[in-house]
Amino acid sequence: MAVVPSLMDSLFQRSIDDVIKGLRLCPPGTESIFISKSLDEIRREIKSTDPQTKATALHKLTYLHSLHSADMSWAAFHSVELSSSSAHSYKRVAFLSASLSFNPSTTQVILLLTHQLRKDLSSANPHDVGLALSTLSAICNPDLARDLTPDVFALLASGKPFVRKKAIAAVLRVFEQCPDAVRVCFKRVVENLESDDIGTLSAVVGLFCELTEKEPRSYLPLAPEFYKILVDCRNNWVLIKVIKIFAKLAPLEPRLGKRVVEPICDHMARTGAKSLAFECVRMIVTSLSEYDSAVKLAVAKLREFLLEDDPNLKYLGLQGLTIVSKTNMWAVLENKELVVKALSDVDVNIKVEALRLVMCMVSEDNVMEISRILISQALKSDPEFCNEILGHILLTCSRNFYEVVFDFDWYVSFLGEVARIPHCQKGKEIENQLVDIGMRVKDARVQLVHIARELVIDPALLGNPFIHGVLGAAAWVSGEYIELSRNPFEITEALLQPRTSLLTPSVRAVYIQSAFKVLTFCLSLYLKLSVDTVASQPLSDTELDNGNVVVASSSKHRFTKESFVNLVNLVETNLGPLAGSNEVEVRERANNVLGLIKLIKLIVFGSEGDNVKGGVEASEMVKLIFDAFSEDLGPVSVNAQERVPIPDGLVLKENLGDLDDICGDTEFSLPSSFSIVKLQKMDATGTSDCTSKEESETLTESTSLLAEHRKRHGLYYLSSENAGTVSNDYPPAIEPKDKDADEAEDLARLTEESLVIKKKPNQARIRPVVVKLDDGEGFNVSAKKREVKGGDLISGAVQEVLLGNEATATSSSSRKRESSKKSRERNKQQGHGKERKSQSTGKDKEHDGQGQREKPKRKSRQRGDGALPAQSPVIPDFLL
Amino acid sequence: MGIRFVVMVNKQGQTHLAQYYEYLNLDERRALEAEIVRKFTDCGLAPWIWLMVGGLAVNNAFFWMCSFVEHRNNKVVYRRYASLFFLVGVDNEENELGILEFIHLLVETMDRHFGNVCELDIMFHLEKAQEMVMSGCVVETSKANILSPIQLMEKAL
Repeated sequence: MAVVPSLMDSLFQRSIDDVIKGLRLCPPGTESIFISKSLDEIRREIKSTDPQTKATALHKLTYLHSLHSADMSWAAFHSVELSSSSAHSYKRVAFLSASLSFNPSTTQVILLLTHQLRKDLSSANPHDVGLALSTLSAICNPDLARDLTPDVFALLASGKPFVRKKAIAAVLRVFEQCPDAVRVCFKRVVENLESDDIGTLSAVVGLFCELTEKEPRSYLPLAPEFYKILVDCRNNWVLIKVIKIFAKLAPLEPRLGKRVVEPICDHMARTGAKSLAFECVRMIVTSLSEYDSAVKLAVAKLREFLLEDDPNLKYLGLQGLTIVSKTNMWAVLENKELVVKALSDVDVNIKVEALRLVMCMVSEDNVMEISRILISQALKSDPEFCNEILGHILLTCSRNFYEVVFDFDWYVSFLGEVARIPHCQKGKEIENQLVDIGMRVKDARVQLVHIARELVIDPALLGNPFIHGVLGAAAWVSGEYIELSRNPFEITEALLQPRTSLLTPSVRAVYIQSAFKVLTFCLSLYLKLSVDTVASQPLSDTELDNGNVVVASSSKHRFTKESFVNLVNLVETNLGPLAGSNEVEVRERANNVLGLIKLIKLIVFGSEGDNVKGGVEASEMVKLIFDAFSEDLGPVSVNAQERVPIPDGLVLKENLGDLDDICGDTEFSLPSSFSIVKLQKMDATGTSDCTSKEESETLTESTSLLAEHRKRHGLYYLSSENAGTVSNDYPPAIEPKDKDADEAEDLARLTEESLVIKKKPNQARIRPVVVKLDDGEGFNVSAKKREVKGGDLISGAVQEVLLGNEATATSSSSRKRESSKKSRERNKQQGHGKERKSQSTGKDKEHDGQGQREKPKRKSRQRGDGALPAQSPVIPDFLL
Repeated sequence: MGIRFVVMVNKQGQTHLAQYYEYLNLDERRALEAEIVRKFTDCGLAPWIWLMVGGLAVNNAFFWMCSFVEHRNNKVVYRRYASLFFLVGVDNEENELGILEFIHLLVETMDRHFGNVCELDIMFHLEKAQEMVMSGCVVETSKANILSPIQLMEKAL
């Protein structure tokens, strides 16, 4: 009899059933108390010397660990201890807990298991062996893999399929952890490809499926074996895996594709199993897309899937179509109605998949129609899917510089419409596109300004935080292209309406800046007017740059001094309070406008009174400001920064470790003296003189701080004489060359279209020019070449073994091969009969035998890995 | 790796079985499970419940939904049996329908083993549910072959 406490424990120990039942009976919320109580018991019980008690405790702990996330790292040693028990059931509990809880890279006690695992691997009881193998596969680390390789190797040829299949599955992890094991075990693994036992075959094919995933090229020499399985095997699971393997191999070797396309089509046509059929389809559309007849069959199969009621098949059908669409667009067009129908499916996955497909179909001919359908769909959908649709449309339309958009007036109005959709959360994207189109497409600006006006003028929109970004863009457009607007007064009012206080400060700053631009524009009109009437002397330099003369003159005739003064007063009253705003951007911009108003007052009222000279000076200044604004803002290439030459003596990569204490003492000077790029232009033309006094004070203060900073840490600044030349080096925003190219392209497109039936009359119009920059902006991503991982260790070793195998085969059995060539040819004519199979089996066995005998000699890696990529693997004669 | 995990949850979102074929620490597991269950309630369970409330046929209601969910970079294939959901996380390369069949096999096997499978049985016999998969590969597809060692084991007890 054992010691008393242990006896007590074993007598009154709660079984795992008790724990589970107890846990289920717990009132909700008290489970954690129950669990910690159980854990306390387990801690006590697990120390027992009685294996029954210990096993039960460990079992309970494992349960709590895997389903209730209790920590069990502390019990690792107990698992090891229990695993040495001779009773299978205890051993099972021990290994189960080990495989569920050990971390292969950190658990120290794993090494203590090595001996026990080895003992079990060579046990006479197949269940012990199986248990050890599955444990090994779960907790394998490099040490374990290295030490147990010989044992696993022995089991790969075990007579019991039960053991053999597990050994094959475990060997995958061994290979991963210890690539050297490949040299030892690989041949035996390959032998198993000929196995009659379906379990073994399934395991070994699964293993190769995993291996080919990583580096398919190394396994090309095994193609004949896989082919045999593809033709002869009738187990769907195995076939699926083999087809997966061929999907990886076929692109590497064209002859292989030709060979397998027929059996795969056979399988697809014959099988009743949808899983196998789908795998065949996927194989054909991914790897055999150049075989038209096969693709046709596959697409027909996909159509069958789409017509099914089962959502799974429908989903997979759509997914298959997505893959086909990359190479064979007709397949999607053929099934258009089904795809569109799927857009209104109940299932989100199906809807999203269908949406992707619809987006594939978009071209310049149907973009309007598709967008219309999709928008009506979006309005019917739940918010999430609605946004999904909107995101896809926006992305597709803007792709490659609005490639598919022909009618920008339509597109711009469409953007305005989309922004107003209640659930729309794509404000950011719309914002970017509005500004982008403004800069790139000159012909779209009139409509853009019109849309922007509608957005800015609607007070209701200001309450919706989602579209503040869009409003910012609209305000920017209204300000930037004000000369195209019909009524600048109205725009100013809209930009300064009281509800703008709801905007975020950064957007509000854009509003104020736009008001500034509008005011400048009005002023220039006013000046022109007064000069025209007073001196009747043409002032060509205040003429609008790209002036839309009609608009300008139409607004001129209701432009009186009175209305202008009203406008100025309106701006002043609205912005006056903002001069003291807490938001830096808002305050700064408001102050800019107020400074301008001071100037304006000098001009408007000063010219009558005594201060004539001041008025003239001021109008000069205003002219300068207006000139600055009337220059077109073009798009900037993403690579613009790279083209700025790095000045001599500037070390960019120097250690910036001391930056912290530099910033530490001057941090306070940072925030207020920066402004957004657009403002800088104006600063350059001399706003600093005319801003209000306090601001110029802060400016000088910060400049002096900056100067001081520059003196102390000159290292981190560009030298000042370089700065001038640098800015000249920016690329001109509009490249005439590209325009030409684009126009040529358009012409080509037009001639193309004239051949096609014309559906829409407006296509006769020439597509507006979209400004693109020369060195493909946005091509950065695709330019980044994907680094191909030069064959990992496993496949390196595999190649060594296989090519070694092949080399010996060709050298030693070439005679035999030649002699058997004739008979093989005969067999070929008869189809893939049994004769062929038996023959090649014999051949392979012979090769393997030789390989094994020769292996010790080839231990040193004579075939350097460096030579491997260049070699094209030898594929045996069945392909030739 | 083909199969990454097999998880079983009930309608309330409680985990009943969890088997991982790659090492994840406790926090990662918890996060993963929570994430999947949440994903589920978003796109799988919610319409199901809704349809029940709507008084429609419950039996086929769930089967309107597709059984594949994209999750992180992988897929989760699921299938529902009575109140239990079987979730299998697989690689993107894996054949979805194959995995559905695998789940069905798993359930049938359990059914044969336990007579009439229910939640409780599976919870009580954690260790027996793992004869079919190793290293993330399905190693056995015959019910008899799966069950024979388990039955032997039971006799030995």
